[in-house]
This record gives sequence, C-alpha cells and structure tokens, in this order.
Amino acid sequence: MSTTDTNTPLINTRDLSVHYPLRGNLFGKKRVVRAIDGIDIQIPKGSFFGLVGESGSGKTTLGRALLKAAPVTRGTAQYNDGEVDYNLVSIDGDDLKEYRKRAQLIFQDPYAALSPRLTVRDIIAEPLEVMNLTGSRDETDERVREIAKRCRLNLEHLRRYPHAFSGGQRQRISIARALVSNPRFIVADESVAALDVSIQADVLNLLRSLSSEFELTFLFISHDLSVVAHTCDQVAVMYLGRLVETAPTRELFASPKHPYTRALLSAIPSLDPDDRGRAQKLEGEIPSPSNPPSGCKFHTRCPHAQKRCSEEEPPLVSGIDNGVNQVHDLTEHKVACHFWRDL
Amino acid sequence: MSTPVIKAENLTIRFHTDEGLITAVENVSFEIAAGEVLGLVGESGSGKSVTAKSLMLLNADNAVYDDNSRITLYDGKQEINILSLNSQRERRQIRGGLISMIFQEPMASFAPAITVGKQMVEQLMLHTDMNKKEAANLSIEMLERVGIADAAQRFNQYAFEFSGGMRQRAMIAMALSTRPRLLIADEPTTALDVTIQAQVIDLMKEIVDDFNMAVLFITHDLGVIAQTADRVAVMYLGRLLENGPVREVIRQPGHPYTQGLLQALPRLDDLDAPLSPVPGDIPSPLERPPGCVFHTRCTAKIDGRCDQSVPDEIIIGNQHKTSCFLHDSEPPGAAANYTTSSGTVSNQ
Repeated sequence: MSTTDTNTPLINTRDLSVHYPLRGNLFGKKRVVRAIDGIDIQIPKGSFFGLVGESGSGKTTLGRALLKAAPVTRGTAQYNDGEVDYNLVSIDGDDLKEYRKRAQLIFQDPYAALSPRLTVRDIIAEPLEVMNLTGSRDETDERVREIAKRCRLNLEHLRRYPHAFSGGQRQRISIARALVSNPRFIVADESVAALDVSIQADVLNLLRSLSSEFELTFLFISHDLSVVAHTCDQVAVMYLGRLVETAPTRELFASPKHPYTRALLSAIPSLDPDDRGRAQKLEGEIPSPSNPPSGCKFHTRCPHAQKRCSEEEPPLVSGIDNGVNQVHDLTEHKVACHFWRDL
Repeated sequence: MSTPVIKAENLTIRFHTDEGLITAVENVSFEIAAGEVLGLVGESGSGKSVTAKSLMLLNADNAVYDDNSRITLYDGKQEINILSLNSQRERRQIRGGLISMIFQEPMASFAPAITVGKQMVEQLMLHTDMNKKEAANLSIEMLERVGIADAAQRFNQYAFEFSGGMRQRAMIAMALSTRPRLLIADEPTTALDVTIQAQVIDLMKEIVDDFNMAVLFITHDLGVIAQTADRVAVMYLGRLLENGPVREVIRQPGHPYTQGLLQALPRLDDLDAPLSPVPGDIPSPLERPPGCVFHTRCTAKIDGRCDQSVPDEIIIGNQHKTSCFLHDSEPPGAAANYTTSSGTVSNQ
C-alpha cells in the first residue's frame, strides 16, 4: 500500500460537474444530461485509485474531465504533483501542453487504440515527436527502447506492425506509449477488460510494478470489482454521476456501507458452485441520466429505500470509524446514504 | 446419464485461408443431455465459437470438416446427422428450430428496422404451424416469461428502444419460443454489468429447468461457469484439454492450463494472493505447437514427451477427463504435487 508522506493530493476536485445539453423540443425547456454531478474526490499522490460503477455511472466522464477532455460545467479540479500546480478547469496554453505530458490515458481496446499503419516503434515514439520531447532521432530511439524494455516488449518486435501481436502484447504497447512522455498521472479506462484472464493478470502486475517504479498515480477505471480489489489502494464507487462511497480498498471490501456497493459485491459470480443463488439480487437497471430519480439516485433500486430517500439527496459524509487504518483525511471511508448506520 | 441431445465426435474443423489451411478445432468430442448445461471455457482463439457454430453449420464457407467428424442431434424421435445436411431447407429447420443461439451482443441479433414482435412472429411461423395470431400470443407470453414488463407494448417496439438487459431478455425469449432441444449461449452475459448479469444468469437457469433443454454455455469467465454449468469443458488452441463436473474441475483441476486459469483469476476471498498469469501468449493458429498444444506455456512440461506426442484423454475422476501426460500411469485423482495452492474455492 503506497500512501505517500505528503498530505497534498495529486488530484483534488470540489463539486466537479459535467453536464451535456440535450436538444430540447421546440417549446420545452432545455434539458441536460448530468454525466457527473458534484464530485468531490481526492486522489493521493502515488496511489492506485479505483473507480467502479455500472455503465452509465459517469466513470469515464470523470476520467476525461480530469484529463481536460470533457467540458466542465461547474466546480473545480486541482492538479498538484509537487512541481506544478494547475487549475484543470481554466488551464490553457503552455500549461495545458505541459499537463498533456504529465497526464496520459490508456484505453480499453488494444485492437482499436493502435494504428495498423505504424510500426510499434513509431507508435511508441509518436508522443515524443508530437510534443518535441527529444532532440534527435537517436535520442527518440533510445527512449523508445528503454520504455519498451520496461514494458517487457521484445526489442526485435519494434519494427513490426500491431496486427502481428496478441491482445496482451498490444496492451503492453499501449502502456509503453502512455509512459514514454514520462507522465505522473495515468487514467487507465477499463484497460484490462478486453483481455483474457491469463493475460489480464500479467498486465495488472505490470501496471502495479510500473506505478511503483515510476512513482505514478493511477486512476483505474473498471467495472470488475475483483480486479479493483487486487490492484487498487483506494476505491470510489459511482452511481448515476454521483459518488456513493469511497474507502481504502480493504476497508471497502471488508465492510461496504452503501447498499449499492453491497449489491455490486454480491452480484460478482462466486467461484464456488455450491454458492449458487445466495447473492442479494438488485432489481431493475440503472435509470437514464437525462431523467434521474429525485433524492438519492439509487432509491428506485434500493431494497432499504424509505420516504426520505426519494425527497432528499444524502451528502457524501465521513465519520465512519474504520478502526483499520489511521484516520487520515485522504483515506477516510465516506458514504452517501441516509441510513448506512442502520443497515 | 440419459440420452444426449447433442453429441460431437472427433470434431476437426479447418479453414482455407490465404495463409494456408488453419486448424481451428482438433479432435473434440463431447455430449450434452437434456436439462444439462455444459460450460465451454477458453481464451480468445481457443476455438469455442467455431465449435459452437459447427453445431448449427454456421461456420463460413471456407470451413472444412474432417471425414470422421460427426455431430448427432437427437430430436426425441430420430437422430439427425448435422454434418450431412446439405440443402438450405434442411439446415433452416435446425437453425432457430431445434437449435437456437443467443449472442453476446443482442443488438446484432435483432434487425434494427423491424419490431421485436414481428421478428419473433416470423421465426415462429417459419418453424411451427402456428398462425399469426397464435404466434403473436405466444411471443407476448414469452416476453412476459423472461420478465419484460408491459410485454404487449414492448412487442410493438424496436430493439433500440430496449435497454441492454432488456434486449438480452428479449433475445432469450425469441430463442426459446420455438422450444429448441439445444440452446447455444455464446458469451451471453459478457457485455452486461454485473448486476444485470446476475439477473440474466438467474433467468437462464430457471428457463433451462422449465424447458428441459440442453445448453452449451460459452464464456471466458470461470465465475459465471461456476454459477451456471453442470459440467465444464476447457478448450485451448482447438483442443479439449479437460472435461468434467463443475465442482471437480474447479476444485481439483486436472490440467495445468485449467489450474493456471484459476490461479490467474483475481479472487475476493484472498486479496493478498498474487495474481499469477499463465506465462507467455497463446500461439498463432498458423504455428500450432507439435505434441500437447499447451506445452509452450506449461510450467509442468516433461521434456521429450509433451513436445513430441499428443496426450490421450485420461479419466481422473467421476466423468472427469483430461489430456495430460502428468496423469499418465497414475491412479485416478492423484494429481499430487502441483495442485492449486488453495484447498477451498470461494469468492465471498
């Protein structure tokens, strides 16, 4: 577990919201989709921070907003890696260029993310060339070889084209490309979801070892809770654009507080064939973000919902005595539920 | 075991390609009885889907079936030799009639410009002697049966108006309306969120019991297999490496590949356990290794043996078979010194 000595989080957001306008009908008032709404999140420097939730919960939008790739409607987002301190909402010009070097994205589908017309060497070198990070072709080549070696790519493969590689190898190429500009912050959006289990474990181990070697901070977006449980230090759970629970990983898996987190955990198919049908099933599906329920967004599917839940949205509160970790602002267990104490 | 609904014997499938003849499936045999779910597990490229498609003769035209390959379907009265069905008319009776298939991506199995109801009615009229009215009634009944609210209204809607989980339910309803003897489910829950996946798995189990059909359930997720299958078959590079009852295969996997898959799985009951990948990558089908197809990645490989000859199927338990030299000349069940680290397998 690598919580760093400093208390300043790498990413700190307050009330961060991304709303997309919908085309209203002729007379109706303008409607918006609240892709993410009022997100307060602190990502400690050097951590492997997991973000989970169903599709449509806003995980990807949050990741994109932090990479300055989604328009922020409201709120603030601060990036501070000790060397630079940026306001991600207003950042532009040279600062934005510098931020692009420091923050990188690894995609989900290694088959779609790599250009079939470029050699592996050119794919990995592209960020260096676009951002003018190296002085000469030799320097570029050296940097490419170094990072390829770290990502356990065979150097003889650098001259080949991506079609010659398997899914796991391609994902290692994507990782090498993301790391070549020497970033501090990586958003990995479902980066192992398209891989077979036997390869998935390999890529996860690689990401973890690279994160400690290069002192990287990861925002690891995934719908797979067992993967998150094995790789992340901290986890945030999203539902319909809102954070419903955040906690250190062990704490979250040992004592989930929010009914949604509990439902997600129990929906994971157990490897024990005799465990069939014991799980607590969640009814229905995630509502449309263009027409979210009132009050607590989860109340339409929550088995414990009461009248108050449909009227009043619960804030994300701390104050859960975890007894496991030293209570520390960044690693506190927080939950957004009126009744978590009674469950 | 009762009479199998489907029986595949020595199934070998090759494809003519520009790069030569590629072997996708080699010498695969299995059978599924009525009311039984056979889980077919394997990585991408292992030949799962080619095997499944062969049961309905859905592989592309460049597929070549070996001479001693045989697929037999028992429809209760007679045996049908699937590979000898030559006319489109005969094939159509099988497809969607005696055998139905559901897919990973439900949007792909509904035509976007025709209502869901119309497609269901069309299928029923093709495969049964129902009239339009009867077919419509049965379709609405099936939509209700799979848990779609307001089925009569939904019947007249298009697939894009359904949510992901609902589309999957509608596809199941359509596949089952003709009461097939065999249902092939190709990764039916992979594209769904866990919460919806749990609902769909429950629904499928219920319906399999109700309809008493045979199911071939293809997935790469061993957790889903543990929750749905009665028996498991593990495929790798076109070969069936292990085949047995779900409890035995998951608790006492006989083949090093099955063991590797189980160890690579992130488990919720032990967060400290390291994730151990199966070393190496799956070889290209153009470069199939000689001997045991898995030997290039196997940690227990016996030099001079595994890379030379193909191991026979060996019985290592009650209806539990594996093709691996490690079990050669050993008494059944004695998979002694290289079994998985944990004795009990549980996820919670």
